[in-house]
Amino acid sequence: MSIAIEEKEPVAFTSKDLVTDQDIRWCPGCGDYSILKQVQTVLPEMGLKKEEIVFISGIGCSSRFPYYMETYGMHSIHGRATAVASGLKATRPELSVWVITGDGDSMSIGGNHFIHMLRRNFNLNVLLFNNEIYGLTKGQYSPTSELGKVTKSTPMGSIDHPFNPLALVLGAEGTFVSRTMDRDPIHMRTILKRANEHQGTSLVEIYQNCNVFNDGAFEIFTEKSSKAQQTLMVENGQPLIFGATKEKGIVLDGFHPRVVNLENVSTNDLWIHDERDRVKAGILTRFFDDGSSVEHYPRPFGVFYVEDRFTYETAFQAQIQHAIETKGKGNLDALLKGNSTWEVKA
Amino acid sequence: MDNNQLLAVDATILFAGDSGDGIQLTGSQFTTTTALYGNDVSTFPNFPAEIRAPQGTLAGVSGFQLKFGSEEIYTPGDQSDYLVVMNAAALKANLKQLKAGGTIIANSEGFDPKNLRLAKYPEGINPLEDGSLDGYKLFKIDVTKLTKATLEGSGLGTKEIDRTKNMFVLGFIYWIFNRPLDTTIKFIEQQFAKRPEIVEANIKTLKAGFHYGDTTETLMQRVQVRPAQIAPGVYRNINGNPATAIGLVAAAEKAGLKLYLGSYPITPASDILHELSKYKNFGVQTFQAEDEIAAICSAIGASFGGSLAVTTSSGPGIALKTEAIGLAIMLELPLVIINVQRGGPSTGLPTKTEQADLLQAVYGRNGEAPLPVIAAQTPSDCFAAVYEACRIAVEHSTPVFFLSDGYLANGAEPWRFPSSSDLPAITPNFAKPLPEGEKFLPYLRDEKLARKWAIPGIKGLEHRIGGLEKEHETGNISYDPDNHEFMVKLRAEKIQKIADTIPLQTIDNGPSKGKLLVVGWGSTYGSIKTAVKMALAEGYEVAHAHIRYLQPFPKNLGEVLKNYEQILVPEMNNGQLVRMLRDQFLAPAEGFNKIKGMPFSSEELFQKIKLMSQL
Repeated sequence: MSIAIEEKEPVAFTSKDLVTDQDIRWCPGCGDYSILKQVQTVLPEMGLKKEEIVFISGIGCSSRFPYYMETYGMHSIHGRATAVASGLKATRPELSVWVITGDGDSMSIGGNHFIHMLRRNFNLNVLLFNNEIYGLTKGQYSPTSELGKVTKSTPMGSIDHPFNPLALVLGAEGTFVSRTMDRDPIHMRTILKRANEHQGTSLVEIYQNCNVFNDGAFEIFTEKSSKAQQTLMVENGQPLIFGATKEKGIVLDGFHPRVVNLENVSTNDLWIHDERDRVKAGILTRFFDDGSSVEHYPRPFGVFYVEDRFTYETAFQAQIQHAIETKGKGNLDALLKGNSTWEVKA
Repeated sequence: MDNNQLLAVDATILFAGDSGDGIQLTGSQFTTTTALYGNDVSTFPNFPAEIRAPQGTLAGVSGFQLKFGSEEIYTPGDQSDYLVVMNAAALKANLKQLKAGGTIIANSEGFDPKNLRLAKYPEGINPLEDGSLDGYKLFKIDVTKLTKATLEGSGLGTKEIDRTKNMFVLGFIYWIFNRPLDTTIKFIEQQFAKRPEIVEANIKTLKAGFHYGDTTETLMQRVQVRPAQIAPGVYRNINGNPATAIGLVAAAEKAGLKLYLGSYPITPASDILHELSKYKNFGVQTFQAEDEIAAICSAIGASFGGSLAVTTSSGPGIALKTEAIGLAIMLELPLVIINVQRGGPSTGLPTKTEQADLLQAVYGRNGEAPLPVIAAQTPSDCFAAVYEACRIAVEHSTPVFFLSDGYLANGAEPWRFPSSSDLPAITPNFAKPLPEGEKFLPYLRDEKLARKWAIPGIKGLEHRIGGLEKEHETGNISYDPDNHEFMVKLRAEKIQKIADTIPLQTIDNGPSKGKLLVVGWGSTYGSIKTAVKMALAEGYEVAHAHIRYLQPFPKNLGEVLKNYEQILVPEMNNGQLVRMLRDQFLAPAEGFNKIKGMPFSSEELFQKIKLMSQL
C-alpha cells in the first residue's frame, strides 16, 4: 500500500455521524429501520475507527443498508456480498467488515459463498435479515418461506422445504451462531456487540418483518401476547426457561429435549445453556417447527454457539509473512531471470 | 566434429506417446537444452483432456512439437521433420503431422499385438512391418528392451525401469543433434533429489540412449543446427502462463501495490494460479475461491481495499464472471480479468486452443459496458501485455480484459527478459485525504475521466459505491434519465480516451502501403509472421499488422487499413476481429478462419496470401 495510514487513537463518533444524506427508501413500517437504528446506536460503542468500518451488501431490500451508513460501503450484486467481503477482509484484516444480506441473497442465489465464508471463518459480522419472502421483487417465496406458502409465484402453495438457517450455519462450520429480532432493540444491540467481539464469522440471523409482502411472519415471537410462550431467550450458563411467569423449562432427556413445567421439575435439572457445546447447539437450532417435528418448542433467540478457531485472514497473511521470513523478500530481477539463462553475444 | 553431420537451418520434432510416457518432460528438456545451446526455438504441447486416458489408445496420446533453428523461429513448425512415437496409437494419431520423407523413430515394443489392437489397426497389420511407411525414413528401436538391459541389476522394479524409457529416447535425439546432456542431468538430479537410485537410473538410461547412436551402426543421419543469430542479450526460456504470472508480480511491484489473485481452477489457466501461489514472498496473495463468481467478487473486494486485483479463468469461467465484470465497470475499480482461451462453446475443447472469446470480452455483458481489451501475441509477450493491462487498470480505474490462449499458455520460446528498472512506471490513482469539512466526491474525474481510488482506512473519504446507476460526481444512486444517458456515454468516452495513452498501430513486416494487409491478433502472430516472410521472399506485395489493443483500437488503425487494397484477417474462430474491423472502419476485410483447436500452419496462410495476391 503506498498510502500511509496514520495510527491514531480512535476518534469518537456518534450515531449521528453514521447517518448519510440519502433518503431512506424502505417502506414505512419495515423492520429494516429498527436494524439500521440499532447498528447506528451500537457501532460508536465498539471502539472502532469510523474510517475503518466497511458495510458490504448484496441485492434485496436489506442490501440498500450501506447507502444509509456514513462509512465505507459497497452495494454489490445478488448473493455476492460474502465473496466481496472475503476478498476485502483477506487483504485488509484490520478493517471492521460488516456483511448485510437477506434470506434470498445469502441462502438462495448466494448459498455457495455463504457456506464457504462460514467454513473459512473470516472475521466478519454478517447480519442476515430474514423476512421469509422476496420483498424487492415484490413478493415471491424465499428459501426460508414455510411449506405451503401462497405467494405470487406459488399460487397453489410452496412445495419447497425451507432452510433452517442456523442449522445450515452450524453445518457449514460457523463459529458464531445467533438469532435476534427487529422488535427487540435491546436484545439486538446485545447480540450485535457480541458478534463484533467474536473473532471469526459472526452470523446474526435477524427476524425482520416485511409489512408489505409477509406481514406478521414472526408475530408470535414478537407480539406481547404470545412472545413469552413462543420464545426462549438463551443466555450462557443459564437454564432454559420461558413462559409469561417463567413457568416452563427445557430438559434434555438423552439427546431429546422436552418442555417441562417448573411446578414439577427443579431448575437444577434444566438444560443449562452452554455456548461452547456444539452438539447441544445443534439441538437448539432444531427448535424450529418446519413440519417435521411432532413436539412444539419455543423459538430460541440469543447466542447459540461460539467457537474459537483461527480466522482465514490471519492464516492467509501469516503464510505470506512466513514466506518472506524464510525465503527473503522476493527480488523482482531474480524472478525475471529465472533458473537458467544464456547469453547471446553481439 | 563428425564429418557425417548434415547442416540444417532448422528442424521440427514431434514427440508422441501415452500421456503417462513423460512426453511433455522429454519435449521440454530438449527445448531447454537446445535453447541454452543458442538456437531460437518455439514449442507446442498437445495433450489429452484426460489426466490418464486408457493406455495405448488414440485418446490417450500426448504430443509435444518443437521447432528450433539457426534463424529466428516464430512457430513450433507446421509439419515435423522427426516423429518420435512410443506406441502404435501415437503413430496413428500423428503421422499426418509428419513431412513426406520425414523420419520416424518408433519404439518397436509399443507395436505389439495389444498396442496395435488398442490403436485400432486391423488384425494382423503392423505399420512398422507392412511397408505402409515406405515414404518415410523409419527407425525401429526396441526402447523398452534396451532400457531394461541398461538397468539390469539396478535393483529397480519393472515399472520404475519402464518409466525411464523416455530418457533413452531423449538421449538418442540428443545424439542426432549432438547436444550436451548436462542440462538434463542437472534437472534429473534436482527432480529426484530424494531418490538417488532413480537419479542414477535416469542418467544411465539417458547416456545409454546417446551412446546407442554412437555404438550401433545406425543409418540415422546426424544433423547440425547451428546457434541462431538473434539479438544479443541474456535469454531464458518461458511459457505463456508463467510469463503472465511474472508480469502480474512485476506490475504490482512497480505500482507499489500488493497483488491479489482470486481464482478457480480451470484448464488452461490454472498454471497462473499455481505459479503465483509460489510467490508469497513477493507479498502475492492468492485465493482459490469456491467458484468462478467468488473468484472475481473477492478480487473486487480486494481492489476496493487497495490491492492490484486479478482474476484468471478460461471461457466457461469468464461466462460465470460476467455479472461481476459489469459491477466492476460500474464501480470503476482497477481489475485485471485474464481469459486463457480454449475451444468453445460450453465446455468445448478444454486442452485445445482457440481465439473465439474476443467478442465475449468486448461485448459480452448486459447494458452498455465497455472495457479495455488487450491480447498477447507470443508466450513471452504475455509478460508485456499483462503488464500493460495492469497499467491501464490502475491508471484509468477500470477493469481490463487480458486475452491469452492455450497455445500461448503452454507454448514456450526464448525470452530476452527485461530488468526491473526498464519497466515503465505504474502510478495508482489514489485519492488523498481532503481538508477538514470538504465533502469527498467519489465519481469526480481526472483528465483521463478516471475516478480516484479511495480505499477504506482514510478519514474523510468514507463513501458508498454499488451497481446501481451513479449520479455524476456524487456517486449517489440516480434514476434520472438524463444522468443515465450522460453516464453511459461518459463511461464509453473514458474507455475510448485510453487510446490517447497507447501506441499507434505499426506494420510488423512488409510495405506500409500496397495490395494486401494481413491483420491478426493474439497467438496467430508467429504463423502470420512466418507466412508473410515467406510471401515477401517470393516477391508478393503483402504486409502484416498485429493488433494488441482490441478495445479501444489504436487511433490510427482506420488510416492504416486504408493503405491497402485488400485486408485478410486470419483468426482461430468463425470471424470475430473481422466483424469489428468492418463495423468500426467499414474496411473491406475478409476473414480466413480455422476452428480446429489447432494453430494455423504458416503454409496454409502462405497459400491463402498467394491466392489473394493473384486475384
